[in-house]
Amino acid sequence: MASLKPDAAPGKAPAKVRFRDPQIEMAHGAGGIASRRLIEGLFAPLLLGSANEPLGDSARVEIAGAQVAITADCFVVKPLRFPGGSIGELAINGTVNDLAVSGARPQSIVATFILEAGLATEVLEAEVRAMAQAARQAGVTVAGGDTKVVEHGKADGMYITTTGVGSFLSGVHINPRSVRPGDKVLLSGPIGDHGITILLARGELDLEADLCSDTRSVFPLVEAMAIAAGPGIRWMRDPTRGGVATSLNELARDCGLGLHLNEDKIPVRDSVRGACELLGLDPLHIANEGQFLAVVAPEYADLALNALCQADGGAEAVMIGEVHQQPAGSVLITTEYGGSRIIDMLVGDPLPRIC
Amino acid sequence: MKFVDEFRDPEVITRTAEEIRRLADPNRHYRLMEVCGGHTHAIYRFGLKDILPPNIELIHGPGCPVCVLPMGRIDDGLSLAQDPDVIFSAFGDMMRVPGTQGSPLEHKARGMDVRIVYSPSDALKLAKANPDKHVMFFAIGFETTAPSSALTLMRAKAEGIRNFSLFCNHVTIIPAIRAILDSPDMRLDAFIGPGHVSTVIGCRPYEWIAKDEHKPIAVSGFEPLDLLQSIVMLLRQLKAGEAKVENQYKRVVPWEGNRAALRAMAEVFELRPYFEWRGLGFISQSALRIRDSYAEWDSEQRFSIAGVRVTDPKAAQCGEVLKGVLKPAQCKLFGRECTPEHPVGALMVSSEGSCAAYYNYEHRKAMATSLAWPA
Amino acid sequence: MCLAIPGKIVELFPGTPHLATVEVAGVRRKVDLGLLEDNLPISGDWVLIHVGFAMSKISEQDALDQMQTLMILGEDEQAMQEVRGYGLDDADDQKVS
Repeated sequence: MASLKPDAAPGKAPAKVRFRDPQIEMAHGAGGIASRRLIEGLFAPLLLGSANEPLGDSARVEIAGAQVAITADCFVVKPLRFPGGSIGELAINGTVNDLAVSGARPQSIVATFILEAGLATEVLEAEVRAMAQAARQAGVTVAGGDTKVVEHGKADGMYITTTGVGSFLSGVHINPRSVRPGDKVLLSGPIGDHGITILLARGELDLEADLCSDTRSVFPLVEAMAIAAGPGIRWMRDPTRGGVATSLNELARDCGLGLHLNEDKIPVRDSVRGACELLGLDPLHIANEGQFLAVVAPEYADLALNALCQADGGAEAVMIGEVHQQPAGSVLITTEYGGSRIIDMLVGDPLPRIC
Repeated sequence: MKFVDEFRDPEVITRTAEEIRRLADPNRHYRLMEVCGGHTHAIYRFGLKDILPPNIELIHGPGCPVCVLPMGRIDDGLSLAQDPDVIFSAFGDMMRVPGTQGSPLEHKARGMDVRIVYSPSDALKLAKANPDKHVMFFAIGFETTAPSSALTLMRAKAEGIRNFSLFCNHVTIIPAIRAILDSPDMRLDAFIGPGHVSTVIGCRPYEWIAKDEHKPIAVSGFEPLDLLQSIVMLLRQLKAGEAKVENQYKRVVPWEGNRAALRAMAEVFELRPYFEWRGLGFISQSALRIRDSYAEWDSEQRFSIAGVRVTDPKAAQCGEVLKGVLKPAQCKLFGRECTPEHPVGALMVSSEGSCAAYYNYEHRKAMATSLAWPA
Repeated sequence: MCLAIPGKIVELFPGTPHLATVEVAGVRRKVDLGLLEDNLPISGDWVLIHVGFAMSKISEQDALDQMQTLMILGEDEQAMQEVRGYGLDDADDQKVS
């Protein structure tokens, strides 16, 4: 998720906290406006000193002269198992993807587990096997980890945190500030699969569909794109919690430009669409675990898109829009017939509605 | 998606918009009110204002059942659920609506058992699955939703499920339309009628709008082509100096309404003598309450509620915005103290409330300097 | 108010006539048919679903009629313009009851 790049000079005056919410709510973890406020208003000032670099998916640290990508992510999901995956796979792929979209080859992961007393061993074993399998598939090693057990009633079974390190791909420099009007916005495939799968798997809404989570490592796609169009890649992100809308809004705010999307180009599977229409949800706000967005310079955009489409698992990649000057800091989506609206970040989790 | 995609056909939309431009008299400014919050949402979602000529103004009406709910009723509902043996259930729309002590979601964060349900029948299922608890369903909605509440209570009674009750905040649409037309500041040319309410009440209840108030009304569906066709119908009526009720949404709305739904409502509900509407004040015969024959399933009769009236902050101009007298951006609190994240009034918290819709979809478009719009 | 979506009846339950499974673009949910008890739908019918209840049967014929009306919108107008020139009254269009 959001990584903090250490750029503060040592000996700087202690930073002020600007986060004024009196208590933590679920909204602060939903990946939208409230989450951003918590990160920018509390974590960043206190841990970084000053968050004047845009927050990215991984941090760049220098160790003995070498540049290394490092990131961490925590995984809290109910239910633990769902069609298409489980918390174990998410824990590996999520961190792998954060490294990948930072332009880094994921190399190694350490994992920590917070386990709830009473958790059945077979459940834990299934997750650890899933992690091992996902790591093998993603080509990363699991170098170690830690475990703590908490009382029954906490941890929803288990929480997993993974920290990953990787090496930056040469020739790829991700920086939202390098985005320019005329750049193209690419999307690797259909959106909303993961979030809707989880929503249905919880069983509270009594909906059934043949849907599964899209969890996978996107590194092979990123690598293919980097080989073909590396110098043209300005920015990438994996749109997890908060969906494509949130990721693109973060970019729009970081680069101060306007992102224009074409609604008819955005791929959404039928059943995701059906569930969203039924529940009054917008697929753009729904979490994904196996897709990524990229902004590419116009002269490289076709190369990048072709490389994605040729790569394994990239056949559904598509160009969904482009960068303009206005509306500054916002994301605008337009229909084929010329109707448009601004897409914003959500406040908290998307809620089904009846009105 | 069948019966949806056809009515979103971009080519037909473009041509219908052209027809609207042809029909609209360039020397006239049209003020059309869409009554229903679902229509407000659709207008913004489909960006319809971009393809209408500038002399057609769409005014947002008060048909948002969340928006017109006084804060005191939310407090009442939440206070009933303070008991740890009570499960508070409601539609997702209610979850972020602030009471004086916070919204249902905020109460959930503080330990109250709060559940989102898609259907009142799901709330009843919760009751069956949790015999040691009492499930309270916070019911909202106009006549579209009231029959489902009614049928759910009929089923609860028939099956003898006693640990279930409904906190009834159903309101009716005609008094709201009357209040709009009675408002001295209001100047409207025609109405886009609420399509889904009409599947229950039919088209007859709107006849007084045409006969007595001489305003055309087209009962409209919710897809872009439905709304655009309704506007075509209204413009034609206005051009011809006519005022009648037209059913644009024929594929779904029966002229006589849904008798079974009306029967269910009559069985379970009766009209309250009066009810307070946020922003509109007290309106007589405008809301439903549960009959004595179903007292056992009425949260208000089973439990005692404080019934405290909570007045909105003076600076909040929800009432004027609800009536369409003010645009959201003209309210002093809009975008400052009142945002979707920190809503002061319910018009900002409900996704179909005028203020939230305007904030989310429109105001930054309005702020952008150079934008090339299609002709 | 009123998020309601068209769905197709794909399964009925002989033991419970007021229950049916409805499908919307591959998503399935059980809905209550109690509000349509005067004219219960059969498998294959399309209904309008709101909060888990079927509100109305959808008339395919009316939907087709509507699309046809919309398709010829403007065509009539263009044809008449060619023949008679601009500035004519709206003498066309079907009156909707």
